Amino acid sequence: MAIHVGSPPLEGTSKARTVALTVNGEGVELRIEPRVSLLDALREHLGLTGTKKGCDQGTCGACTVWSDGRRVLSCLTLAVAGEGHEITTVEGLQDGGELHPMQAAFIAHDAFQCGYCTPGQLMSAVALLEEGRAADDEIAEWMSGNICRCAAYPNIRDAIREVRDAAGGE
Amino acid sequence: MRPFAYARADDVDTAIATVLARPDGEFLAGGTTEIDLVRQDVLRPGLLVDINDLPLDRVDDLPDGGVRIGGLARMSDVAEAPGVAERFPVISEALLQGASPQLRTMASMAGNLCQRVRCGYFRDAVSPCNKRDPGSGCAAITGFHRGHAVLGTSDKCIATHPSDAAVALVALDAVVRTRGPHGERAVPIDEFFLLPGDTPEREHPLEHGELITAIDVPGAATARRSSYLKVRDRASYEFALVSVAAAMDVRYRTVADIRLALGGVATKPWRARTAERSLLGGPATREAFAEAARRELAPATPLPQNEFKVELAQRAIVRALTALADGDEEGGTR
Repeated sequence: MAIHVGSPPLEGTSKARTVALTVNGEGVELRIEPRVSLLDALREHLGLTGTKKGCDQGTCGACTVWSDGRRVLSCLTLAVAGEGHEITTVEGLQDGGELHPMQAAFIAHDAFQCGYCTPGQLMSAVALLEEGRAADDEIAEWMSGNICRCAAYPNIRDAIREVRDAAGGE
Repeated sequence: MRPFAYARADDVDTAIATVLARPDGEFLAGGTTEIDLVRQDVLRPGLLVDINDLPLDRVDDLPDGGVRIGGLARMSDVAEAPGVAERFPVISEALLQGASPQLRTMASMAGNLCQRVRCGYFRDAVSPCNKRDPGSGCAAITGFHRGHAVLGTSDKCIATHPSDAAVALVALDAVVRTRGPHGERAVPIDEFFLLPGDTPEREHPLEHGELITAIDVPGAATARRSSYLKVRDRASYEFALVSVAAAMDVRYRTVADIRLALGGVATKPWRARTAERSLLGGPATREAFAEAARRELAPATPLPQNEFKVELAQRAIVRALTALADGDEEGGTR
């Protein structure tokens, strides 16, 4: 049985096009080529430099953002493929100028040194609680996609436990 | 990063037709391998057809007690799906020991099967590599090959297949369902993965424009008692040096049913049929497990840096099967 398609194949072009994204609840439009990563779109085109470029090959987790509430790597996501999804970056964590409890806990527990991996750590840490993977023996494994070159891991785990316990669950 | 064209498909047939329309057209699913390798200039698609909107992300029960995993179901969702976690724990365990939470959220099951090897010479886009540039040679055989394969190798390629999930699926006789320019077909997963032989650039039988729509896992009572053991250089977020997917049914201290596959040691997810034959109907003892493991690894062709895998794989098999047998004893029902 061969494939018969009623409509002709989709047009695909490598030229810049208008891409409509929803970032931190706001609709934005930008002119970019398909090869532009979501990470570069956020940083270079939208000026949202909180999200960091570490390895740019899906290994370090510094570029972690949420797509429809699920944590993904923005370096391995094409910006054009983000159309139709709600993107949340570290800039979207705060609420009316108030730090997210996880951000406050990171400060209280000294959960960073150089700070470069911190935005990605925060996006994973908050997602971890949503995923219900914040038991004491789960945190390390479920944070393993975020590398900290300064090895602030014990303090990051302390911060996560504090927010977990304050929320009254695991 | 080289420019490429991009299109987004709403239905399967349009996606296939769009890829077929250009010889350099490729499907784009989770992108965790593909975008990485395009950026590294290892892959050079002229057109990426985004298939993430296609309705192929379900996990459904099959009438025989099996499960149908949509090609676009994400690793994280499949690992948590009740039908998988309860009836096929080896699949859940393999998925959750693979990659990182972010990558598992993104990566599709079909893409997991089609992921490319982690050999540094394949990925550097420069070194001789028969997979990337057929006929150019294999830099790994004379180079750094600690992580490479000891089973199923050829003088053209020794790269290890990197998937964990595929090892579990091979142990359970999964079937890869596809749709392409010549219609639909179902390929037994052990035939889906090709040995490198003289054509290491050919890793699976998919034609240009052929899309994996689902992976069927047939019902198997044995699979309820199954596990995935992964041995690696660090405890998390690392590829396997050796892994074992095992399901075993022990009755009256005899092996009544056994499914065994190895990861990290072979050029494809390795169904350990020699060991299975050695064990089936015999005693479920540590000695029998060790003898079966020895026979499975007997044809191994290690190189200086990966010779340790031959012993490590045998020990991992014994450990995995001993744990399953002990679980049966403790259960006390058989």
